[in-house]
Amino acid sequence: MQTLRRTPLYERHASLGARLVPFAGWEMPVQYTSIVAEHRAVRTSAGVFDVSHMGQLSLAGGGAHDYLQARLSNDLDRVGAGQAQYTLLTNERGGIVDDLIAYRRGSDDYLLVVNAANVDADHGALDETEDVSAEWALLAVQGPEALQRLGIEVEPFTFREDDVLGIRCLVAGTGYTGERGCELGCSPDDAVALWDAILERGIVPCGLGARDTLRLEVCYPLHGNDISPERTPIEAGLGWACALDKEFTGVDVLRRQKEEGPAEKLVAFVMEEKAIPRQGMRVAEGGEVTSGSLSPMLDVGIGLAYVRAELAEPETKLSIDVRGRPKAARVVRKPIYRREES
Amino acid sequence: MAADESYPNELKYHREHDWARIDGDVATLGVTWYAQDALGEIVHFEPPEDGGSLAKDESYGEVESVKAVSDLISPLSGEVVEVNAAVVEAPETINEDPYGDGWLVKIRLSDPAEVDDLLDVEAYKQLVDEQ
Repeated sequence: MQTLRRTPLYERHASLGARLVPFAGWEMPVQYTSIVAEHRAVRTSAGVFDVSHMGQLSLAGGGAHDYLQARLSNDLDRVGAGQAQYTLLTNERGGIVDDLIAYRRGSDDYLLVVNAANVDADHGALDETEDVSAEWALLAVQGPEALQRLGIEVEPFTFREDDVLGIRCLVAGTGYTGERGCELGCSPDDAVALWDAILERGIVPCGLGARDTLRLEVCYPLHGNDISPERTPIEAGLGWACALDKEFTGVDVLRRQKEEGPAEKLVAFVMEEKAIPRQGMRVAEGGEVTSGSLSPMLDVGIGLAYVRAELAEPETKLSIDVRGRPKAARVVRKPIYRREES
Repeated sequence: MAADESYPNELKYHREHDWARIDGDVATLGVTWYAQDALGEIVHFEPPEDGGSLAKDESYGEVESVKAVSDLISPLSGEVVEVNAAVVEAPETINEDPYGDGWLVKIRLSDPAEVDDLLDVEAYKQLVDEQ
């Protein structure tokens, strides 16, 4: 039994009455009041997530850019200092070791924010980086009113150092909900003060439960569910994050797979009957559900599944085996949920 | 709004956190406050078929929260005479009123003597305290 790690905000979560669960070796809040209510707060106003469990790898100095450019799938030449990029770390088979965001701090200075469960794997594959996870607390403030309530502006996929509510932060226009907002990196010593100041602005504390349903509605893949070292970006629909005209680990496999077409593809689907799909359920026509939930915004079961490529077209009918009962579903275009333009 | 914790005196209880209200040879079944609280906000009720038969101590349906699925365990054996269609449409009723509008099914008992195997409220409260 491994001891669970706690973020600097653990006491705050406990005193708010959060339901705390083990997640990637950390004791994390899954919900404070209700997943559905927290989800809707992020879609309609603003919510804050403690994501201090996520990992940070740093690499600075001569050759940092070339080192990462040769190992990450996306093209780092397309981002300048102060810009961030979604990218993948792949293995020799083209499988996805992790998905991450690379923050370019300077021409040869990068911070990588990676999944908590993959810090060791990432650090192993990117052996010249330094694991600086212990130096960072990370809060995600997300929702249509998030930036306004914090009194800041930040463009998507840009970042800077700045004071937010009186606390020195790395302010990044990134997130995992499909909403506008930011992620705020700060010293663990400042995390409680920042959290308290955020809540004072009427921003709703949200747990990992809502984070999961929010990302699923907008079809952001979750590593360990929808993507893994056994699945490639081409299968997962992440070819857009792979610069196949440059060299990186496993690129030959990906070039070939892109040309031949993958045997299976990750599709989004909605249930046409009352039922909630779950990870691991079989698709009768051939395939497997990798993520599933009720959509709090659409009030129907939704999910992601790998299916044979010929079943990947939108409107294709699928049958999901819900504990022995076949339930009708339909392939849809990603994202599953899109805000109505006002 | 979720209900406050309570365990009505007049009900019979099953260890798996299900309750039965006995009225002659008909029993109304549901889940206890403890069960709905442990599960969180209930978003789906998969009912048994109308007219189907339920066996004591066996699963007769499911309730689901956003994160989890839970089997419904029948405290008694019998034939389904009514499914609460209002709860199929609005499963959150189970959280709001687990012993009232949040009832799940009514069954006609095939062996009324099984009632003697169930827990009374004091025994059930003790079981909850030990969890």
